[in-house]
Amino acid sequence: MQTIEDLIAVAPVFDGLSKDYLALIADCARNERADAGKFLFHEGDLADRLFLIRSGTVRLEVYAPGRGSLAIETLEAPEVIGWSWLFPPYRWHLDARVLVEAGLVSFDAACLRGKSDADHELGYELMRRFAAVMVERLMATRLQLLDIYGNAGAAV
Amino acid sequence: MLARPSEQPPFTSAYGPMAPERFEVIAKRQETADTWTLDLRPRDRVDFPFAPGQFTMISAGGAGEVPISISGPADDPAVLVQTVRAVGLATEAICAATVGQVLAVRGPFGGSWPTEVARGADLVIVAGGIGLAPLRPAVLDALAHRDEYRRVVLLYGGRSPDQLLYPEELARWAERGCEVLITVDSAGPEWLGHVGVVTRLLRRAAIHPQRSFVLMCGPEVMMRFVLETASAQGISADRVYASLERNMQCGIGHCGHCQLGPTLVCRDGPVYRWDELGPWLEIREL
Repeated sequence: MQTIEDLIAVAPVFDGLSKDYLALIADCARNERADAGKFLFHEGDLADRLFLIRSGTVRLEVYAPGRGSLAIETLEAPEVIGWSWLFPPYRWHLDARVLVEAGLVSFDAACLRGKSDADHELGYELMRRFAAVMVERLMATRLQLLDIYGNAGAAV
Repeated sequence: MLARPSEQPPFTSAYGPMAPERFEVIAKRQETADTWTLDLRPRDRVDFPFAPGQFTMISAGGAGEVPISISGPADDPAVLVQTVRAVGLATEAICAATVGQVLAVRGPFGGSWPTEVARGADLVIVAGGIGLAPLRPAVLDALAHRDEYRRVVLLYGGRSPDQLLYPEELARWAERGCEVLITVDSAGPEWLGHVGVVTRLLRRAAIHPQRSFVLMCGPEVMMRFVLETASAQGISADRVYASLERNMQCGIGHCGHCQLGPTLVCRDGPVYRWDELGPWLEIREL
């Protein structure tokens, strides 16, 4: 049977992290399942967890009055959900709806922050890795904002 | 001059490449709000052989001539299939053509998708928006020779669900052994598929870098990002082919309007291996 440590060791975001650090962050983690349709969190909720997707699909949405819930991005294994847990005021900026029943590893955010404060090298490693995730998502969002498939960007 | 990535059928018009031929609209399908697919039959010859990736110069009445990639199967040369998006006078006139109307067509021009280089390997096709139309013949060719490839993967990004081309066909391609991953830039709650840019699909498809060849077509900025992502995954630029759009007018390399660095896109392209052309695409003035 796979331990939590095994599960998180294969996630790209934790790739190359030492066994000691994997064990440390595994102490903050637990396995979860979420049914399709369930919300992992809503905009404005306390960002007290971080999720690693093991299976299934989660959609990030923003609610726009008069337009309903607009899909921003879908995430799948082995991607991570959320960085709001890293920065005050620790509030989610989006809704996260489970589209396809999801297997998740959820991490207690306060626990992770506490271990990072106690060991700055671990904190630096986590910050570096989540900064890379943020940059990738930011670049993807910028490309999305360009509306490249609109008339001005017509290809052929 | 850069080498063409693949051989294409010889030009077969009896009147020379600058003389348009008559093609009759025999069927017409609306793909999206502004995009139509026309089936055309040549009036003056029995068929119109072409290779996947080639294009024609096409016009309706006196509205002007435009380059349009061929989107039908190469193994059915009796019918010329063109998917056209109405974005200006010439394309609006083509899209407004009715069954029985005669359009003027020149071609086929340019080189083709090098589907043969990927035989025995994984073929990864990345399309954005209407860029799926020029890639459709390559998909159909790959599916017609499905056992000659390992994986055949289509990664298709669109603006929104209602602007995806060939939605019913995408499902059929999946049934025939093509891994089809679709994403849209924006969608309402009714859409249960992927949302996000097509480069994210490239990561999710778990492409084997040394075993894959990538064919791509879409907005140039999208292709740049796809290449960046492919490169980060270890896919070298000499395994990536792209179809480019430029201001093509004569179609035979005489007028020079489509010049890009040392190459004329209508004659030497529109399909290029990225390592041959990439440096020129980085020059903003070109």
